[in-house]
Amino acid sequence: MTSVQFFIQQAINAVSIGSLYALMAIGLAMVFGILRLINFAHGDLIMVGSYAALLLLWAGLPFWLAALAGIAASTIAGLIMERIAYRPIRGAPDVAMLLTSFAVTILLENAAILIFNPTAKPFPAPAILKNALQFGPLRIASLDIVAIVVAIALLVLLTLFVTRTEVGISMRAASEDLLAARLVGINVNAVIAYAFAIGSMLAGVVGLLWSIRVGKIDPFMGFYPVLKAFVASVIGGLGSLPGAVLGGYILGILEILLQGLLPASLTPFRDGFVFAGLIILLLFRPNGILGSTEREKI
Amino acid sequence: MLRFENVHVYYGQVHALKGITGEVNEGELVAVLGSNGAGKSTTLMSVSGILKTRTGKIIYEETDLTQASPYDIVKLGVIQCPEGRHIFGGLTVRENLLMGAVQRRDRSEVKKDIDWVCSLFPVLEERAGQTGATLSGGEQQMLAIGRSLMARPRLLMLDEPSLGLAPVVVQTIFDVISKLHQQGVTILLVEQNARKALQIADRCYLMETGNMVMGGTVEELRDNPEIERFYLGGQAQ
Repeated sequence: MTSVQFFIQQAINAVSIGSLYALMAIGLAMVFGILRLINFAHGDLIMVGSYAALLLLWAGLPFWLAALAGIAASTIAGLIMERIAYRPIRGAPDVAMLLTSFAVTILLENAAILIFNPTAKPFPAPAILKNALQFGPLRIASLDIVAIVVAIALLVLLTLFVTRTEVGISMRAASEDLLAARLVGINVNAVIAYAFAIGSMLAGVVGLLWSIRVGKIDPFMGFYPVLKAFVASVIGGLGSLPGAVLGGYILGILEILLQGLLPASLTPFRDGFVFAGLIILLLFRPNGILGSTEREKI
Repeated sequence: MLRFENVHVYYGQVHALKGITGEVNEGELVAVLGSNGAGKSTTLMSVSGILKTRTGKIIYEETDLTQASPYDIVKLGVIQCPEGRHIFGGLTVRENLLMGAVQRRDRSEVKKDIDWVCSLFPVLEERAGQTGATLSGGEQQMLAIGRSLMARPRLLMLDEPSLGLAPVVVQTIFDVISKLHQQGVTILLVEQNARKALQIADRCYLMETGNMVMGGTVEELRDNPEIERFYLGGQAQ
């Protein structure tokens, strides 16, 4: 394999991973933008959707149907989470909301342990998603192509939603200035529910792609993606939707770059290098790349 | 139209409104004067349902607003243009105006109202595609007022619309407020610029440390020696 081929394959791999981080980070950013809540339980929505899909696969449903139902399960779980856990403490200090998100995480993970036990379960996927496609000299995993195409399609839809629809514009307005949003008569409860629903739906999509990629699922599978999504949104600027996408792709590319460039003895410490890079970035841009340098949100 | 009955509001332990009583009649322009911390903005925030009233009632046409949500209060046509403008900086001028009409479903009328607001403040038309954050302070204030008008308010509450603006811009804004008043919009105006407010108001309330200490027609208050001394005397002619 030539170095050009290697480079292209790694680039596709990076964009594919970055797509997953970006979709996850959007969910975090939407909720953080309005509520100032870093919803760490966002990762567990991945787990809920994946287990729901797995249950239906066991029940004999075709893969595509189970996948759609899994995404729906994530969405509904996100809406329930907002209604039961976060709405009652709205207006409480940020720390209380953050702790609540940890509580929700622990609750969901322990529920999954009780129901499915902690050992990982294989996640079956159709062969077409596990194969690699041959493009001349290039071999590209079909899942990477699916992830990239799905992410781009969702990002286009999301962009249209937040710029062309009343709910979408209201969501941006609420995230800019919650007081003004209430004073103009935006239905803040509805907007927050939309933010959770859309973010959770994206988490459901990521959950499926992630489960297929890894090939197995377990109750703690949401931890790694949500941590990555958090880092991505900090890189891009917490609360900024374009920032979340940008941060997701930068993180994906950075990880794959380091994987390729670091000597073999150092690759286990890849994430350490990523975090070192993050610290350096924050020294120069404390609010992330697209976060404003002066705006103080109240 | 709007009536305060012994309204008490607290910020935690701080007693911010100490039993205010007063009213705004349909079609009136009522100014609320007073120094910083007198409770003027607190009064408006209580009407809008942002601050919860501990005891007392705020009655708007038979409805007790102290029990209503900000969403429902906007639905009743009670609209506040808050101090400090609070425009949506990342949204375009046009989007800001659309957000002012967020509860309305009559799309074609909303379009007409955007044209109407742009006729009141022509600069908004020029800036329609720019984000709110790129506007000057005066333009932002015009946008904030324009956004409030998009809801077709029956009672418009303006909080310090002249604060920090150049005299020429203040004049533009006060001209529009007078025009709205003449068109029959009921207006509750909170202002520190007492002289300007007294020029256009029908009636006035004076607030001090959470109390409404004085109320009356503009003529009565203008002749009051205390008002003269504290609110008019020190200011440039």
